[in-house]
Amino acid sequence: MSELSGQVAIVTGGASGIGAATVALLAGAGATVVSTDIQPAPKDAPGRFVAHDVASEEAWRALLADVLEREGRLDILVNNAGVTGGRATIETTTVEQWRRTESINSEGVFLGCKYGIEGMKKTGPHKPASKGSIVNLSSIAGLIGSAGPTAYTASKGAVRLLSKSAAMYCAEQKYGIRCNSVHPGGVDTAIFDPLWQAMGRDKGKAMVDAHHPIGHMAAPSEIGEVILWLASDRSSFVTGAEIAADGGITTGLMRRQPFVPPR
Amino acid sequence: MSRLADKVVLISGGASGIGASTARLVVREGGKAVLADRDEAKGRALAQELGTSALFVPLDVTDEPAWRTAVATTVETFGGLHGLLNAAGVGVRNSIEDCTLAEYRRVNDINSMGTFLGCKHAIPAMAQAGGGSIVNISSVLGLRGASYAMAYCASKGAVRALTKNVALHCAQMKYGIRCNSVHPGYIDTPMIAPRLAGTIDNMTGRQWLETLHPLGRLGKAEEVASMILFLLSDESGFSTGSEFVCDGGLTA
Repeated sequence: MSELSGQVAIVTGGASGIGAATVALLAGAGATVVSTDIQPAPKDAPGRFVAHDVASEEAWRALLADVLEREGRLDILVNNAGVTGGRATIETTTVEQWRRTESINSEGVFLGCKYGIEGMKKTGPHKPASKGSIVNLSSIAGLIGSAGPTAYTASKGAVRLLSKSAAMYCAEQKYGIRCNSVHPGGVDTAIFDPLWQAMGRDKGKAMVDAHHPIGHMAAPSEIGEVILWLASDRSSFVTGAEIAADGGITTGLMRRQPFVPPR
Repeated sequence: MSRLADKVVLISGGASGIGASTARLVVREGGKAVLADRDEAKGRALAQELGTSALFVPLDVTDEPAWRTAVATTVETFGGLHGLLNAAGVGVRNSIEDCTLAEYRRVNDINSMGTFLGCKHAIPAMAQAGGGSIVNISSVLGLRGASYAMAYCASKGAVRALTKNVALHCAQMKYGIRCNSVHPGYIDTPMIAPRLAGTIDNMTGRQWLETLHPLGRLGKAEEVASMILFLLSDESGFSTGSEFVCDGGLTA
């Protein structure tokens, strides 16, 4: 029997990037995975795919009803869906851009936790194996800020603290549900497509690699492994934590090799 | 008494609490204070009391045109803008289970989007004046999660990260504008007044909140204002993007 056999997981933003890698890893560990996205899922992806907009409360209600009806329980929720919302700075961000980004990145995670907890509670503590784990994707921008997109940075700061509040609440209520945030550094996903287009992939990737003390940006699966660990009972004493998976970016200072672009 | 000589400071939430205390200090230290608040009666009364160095402007922090007007009026009246204190905010009790989407949005609009809009509209005026200092009020609940204040925690976590974004952007642009967040513990202000009377665990609300702080008491608005004054003044010239905690030891 696999580690997550009998457990049901929802992964939002499961069609690509970190979400797709997480879907594959959770399924590989034996979980029944429901992958949701506003984009269509790749054809050969494991699990069941549901079209779902995380910013819509109605869509969350419908998703939970559907999962409890069809899969019968909920053990793991990965709130991964998010947008960068463009490159607008503090001076150029409009209220409209702000609201759109917050509605997906911040309100979407809030709604996910709220309905996820309700679903996990309905499943009941008498069930075996897991009492529930919620993993919210924040960012290193939620830890150390960034000069980049303003609305994105604020939304990831919100996710960092709402995760802690949810963790404290679930502990206080003795639900046995854990809630943690993951803060990735640069991950090789479609988010970097504009940079690849501007610089060429090899040159761009070498530049991003050099920003990470560990010497390279992450493959999506390297973040997926952290999420899998938090989703599983192997992390049973971890709640309200902020896990940086960033190749050392937020850790401190080191002497850097000068960056030489590849020819 | 001239730590802020001739500096003009715009204060959202300036009619009461930490904002009002800061306004008094700003004027005492030789600066000009613009009290921006939804509470016209209180705001005008305080501005009148502080005299010609103070001005009231009506402001709902979620209203972008109102921010434009507030900044323009400040510059027209006092000739420039050198400091911004984003102190307006709401304290709301809710959990991840009982908070509605409408309430989540309301709290985040005021605390987080309101701070965003303040920074956005103050920066051009401050850059024009050759630089300045922005102080955003986050909270200890922007550092630690509270089970009973989910939306508030999220909004203050957003302010904490937003502050660093503003600090780094302004540094990159060489505007000479610094931006820091202040994280107060529970301060004896109108915002927490409703919580002081109730009863929790056989204690009054006030006693319960007092026990959260190793110093054994609530903070005073003047104690936070004193930290803000330091951040608004040139005394803190090398601090930007940082978290300044004023919490009686709560997070220690």
